[in-house]
Amino acid sequence: MAGSTPASLSAEAPASASRATKPVTPAAEAWRRFRKHKLAVASLFILGALVFLVLAGPWLWAVPINEIDFTAKLKPPSGEHPFGTDDLGQDVLARIIYGGRISLAVGLAAMVVAVLVGVVIGALAGMSSGRVDAVLMWITDLFLSLPQLPLLLLVIYLFRDALKSAFGPEGGVFILIVLVIGGLRWMPVARLVRAQFLSLREKEFVEAARALGASRVRLVVMHILPNAMGPVIVAGTIDVAAAIIAESTLSFLGLGFPPDIPTWGRVLFDAKDYLDIAPHWAIFPGMMIFLTVLSINFIGDGLRDALDPRRVV
Amino acid sequence: MSTVIQTTPDAATDVQPLLSVRNLKKHFPIRGGLLAREIDRVHAVDGVSLDVAPGETLGLVGESGCGKSTTGRCILRLIEPTSGEIWFQGRDVTALEGEALRAMRRDMQIIFQDPFASLNPRHTVGGIIGEALTIHGLVKGRQEMEDKVVQLLETVGLRPEHMRRFPHEFSGGQRQRIGIARALAVEPKLIVCDEPVSALDVSIQAQVINLLEDLQEKFGLTYLFIAHDLSVVEHISDRVAVMYLGRVVEVATSEELYANPLHPYTEALLSAVPIPDPKIKRKRIVLQGDVPNPIRPPSGCHFHTRCPIAEARCKTDVPVLKSAGGRHQVSCHLRG
Repeated sequence: MAGSTPASLSAEAPASASRATKPVTPAAEAWRRFRKHKLAVASLFILGALVFLVLAGPWLWAVPINEIDFTAKLKPPSGEHPFGTDDLGQDVLARIIYGGRISLAVGLAAMVVAVLVGVVIGALAGMSSGRVDAVLMWITDLFLSLPQLPLLLLVIYLFRDALKSAFGPEGGVFILIVLVIGGLRWMPVARLVRAQFLSLREKEFVEAARALGASRVRLVVMHILPNAMGPVIVAGTIDVAAAIIAESTLSFLGLGFPPDIPTWGRVLFDAKDYLDIAPHWAIFPGMMIFLTVLSINFIGDGLRDALDPRRVV
Repeated sequence: MSTVIQTTPDAATDVQPLLSVRNLKKHFPIRGGLLAREIDRVHAVDGVSLDVAPGETLGLVGESGCGKSTTGRCILRLIEPTSGEIWFQGRDVTALEGEALRAMRRDMQIIFQDPFASLNPRHTVGGIIGEALTIHGLVKGRQEMEDKVVQLLETVGLRPEHMRRFPHEFSGGQRQRIGIARALAVEPKLIVCDEPVSALDVSIQAQVINLLEDLQEKFGLTYLFIAHDLSVVEHISDRVAVMYLGRVVEVATSEELYANPLHPYTEALLSAVPIPDPKIKRKRIVLQGDVPNPIRPPSGCHFHTRCPIAEARCKTDVPVLKSAGGRHQVSCHLRG
């Protein structure tokens, strides 16, 4: 407690004295608050385990993903194949580990793209009034009203070959899918951010910063954006899930990754015709998507609470 | 002493005023229709002129919506005035841009009404007060910053360890002290106090008022004190300006205004102040009707629609603020 400090000013509040003696950085404080959110911590652990699994998996579980063995097709989980086998006798665990890299990477990267584009457009619209705001919101509404799937197909059809030759078959498709999914999911974020900006920029603490001579950039970065991030974080976590699912839709249509790359959505799609005789084939990749999405959502909740000092945790 | 407010800055008082506002107008456009055309405008501030001498407190009173706060914010350029001049330390604030405007902001600060909305909930108290120092480069390095913040906290009656706490951990009165410390950080000459005690309990109001008075004495501050509580204004102000519907109707020293109000609106306003003695009976002047819509303010004198002594010319001629003896100015055709 306050034993080491002269208790002159803080006699009536020893707790505040101990707080004053050790400087707390904002990051450390946020981490302390995040740890109070048990579900978020558990989710962070699960997501960390999933990421570790897909990164280190090929060394831990060194079974080839495309070794065809018709004698072992559609086998339920066993010691030899912990997640069972598919209709070609390929090991589902190995395929999920390999495909998870792509699914997770696509989900996270597309979320980052969507949130970045959404925040920039929303912030520009929210800070500028009049024409710029109107034009940006027209664009946002335009994108919202576009039929997404045909547009997705068109963009991929037009640009796939160019990107493939530039970044290789996997890299090209990855960039394309991330940009397309991210580029079609930024609108809700932009609208959220704009709405937050419109209300926050009239707040007196923003006016106070203006009266002190803060630049526009400083107003946005220090005062408005941090207070607008709560809903954006939640929207971002939902985008991860949506991107993983959108990627599997594309794979299903033959426009995503090549069919021999077993992303989670692809495995799920392949398994759907065998649900009655080999449910394990669909359950495990489905479980992976479910776990990823759920844990990212909880982490988002925890982050939102940890970054909001008004919440007592 | 001139009889009519002129458009030169030094007309109304003997000393060179620190702040001179001349014919300030702020009309908020109301937009609508397909291309967001301006279909109407709210005449929030409609020709305000006032002078504030160095070291004095000018109270600005009037009922809700009469343009007090808008006037204060226009002076600080937090709202862009539609027209008019604001002379501060010999320069027209309305003409400043960029770096010159930023530099001017060091000398003019504001204290807000709502102590809950005026502090960023995500910053610590140290960060809130320190920001002012950072923006104007008043301190070098972390240690000097902390020392200065501690000094400011002690100046407003808070404790050094409060700097690591967040605004929501404080009471309304303490938050208002934080707001005052933030304004003081840049060592301003003029502080616009926008109803700084209206949101506080009466006991806390007295503390904050006393703090403001102590600070004024210590640092030689000049206040433009906006309020609707007439007894608070009487207590703190050297002079008081009364506003009605975007215009100043009367200016006088507090003693003079409260003892001898000339404008019929001021009379009505003062007759509504409660006297803490039930035996005293006073003639209560009750105005008829509501404040007219500021989108279409009345012609001539804005007050003629509710004025008990209005004549025909009040509907057509706009009265000007003219001297009624000494430093008492009134804007009325019939009085003064």
